[in-house]
Amino acid sequence: MMMCKGATQLMSLKQDRALTLQERMSLRLHLMMCDPCRQCDKQFALLHEAGERMQHDILGDDAAKD
Amino acid sequence: MTDPLPDEDSPSTSPSRMERLTAVRPRLLSFARLHLRDSAQAEDAVQEALMAAIEKDASFAGRSGYETWVFGILKYKILDMMRAQKRQGVWQPLEEEGDDDSIERQFQSSGRWQQHARPASWGEPHTVFENERFWQVFDACMIALPDNVARVFSLRELMGLSTAEICQEIGIKENNCWVILHRARLRLRSCLESGWLKGETL
Ligand SMILES: [Zn+2]
Repeated sequence: MMMCKGATQLMSLKQDRALTLQERMSLRLHLMMCDPCRQCDKQFALLHEAGERMQHDILGDDAAKD
Repeated sequence: MTDPLPDEDSPSTSPSRMERLTAVRPRLLSFARLHLRDSAQAEDAVQEALMAAIEKDASFAGRSGYETWVFGILKYKILDMMRAQKRQGVWQPLEEEGDDDSIERQFQSSGRWQQHARPASWGEPHTVFENERFWQVFDACMIALPDNVARVFSLRELMGLSTAEICQEIGIKENNCWVILHRARLRLRSCLESGWLKGETL
């Protein structure tokens, strides 16, 4: 049974490569039962989006024109 | 054509482009600083990128926006300088393994979250991103990361490189890269949550 710490490994990995079917299943199972990890999962996704945001903000209006 | 030229070396850069460079400069600088972890080097990288943009002005094809083009030049400069930092031995060894205390503190020995470290809801991303305080804390949390962890995270999430590309760039194994990114994210989430959500001083 995967614990929270192991689940965060998969949540992090998910931002960097596609998870295998088995990884996806065990993460999904854990997230179904664990609210703090669901929050963590959202936070990792938000961090990823923050990086994209920052690049966009650097470009300002320019990014909209791309 | 009576406009004074902005610079002898830049006969073809129009005043409006010079203004755009001036406007984007501070943002380029904070971006460079997050990667290079050194204010002076970040200044140099941005300076060189802006000079290159002015010199190569004629080669700007206009296929992308002007700022996007300049930003591309800066990214290239940053990677160049990071490689130089690595060569010159400025970096701590990257392969160091072992437990990271600030991560261990977030979990019980069973692998469950510690009560005090349990992630809370941050709300909707678009609301979060509109919050200026979030970005201030984000910046402070990035600076608080160990240098190597911050470099790998910046390359991945701010520069948008794949982990395979990062491995090549800085010569670490992909596995190591994933371990470092996992740590970076756990540290950042914890730092952001206490600094921004709970308003603790960092
Ligand atoms: Zn959990």
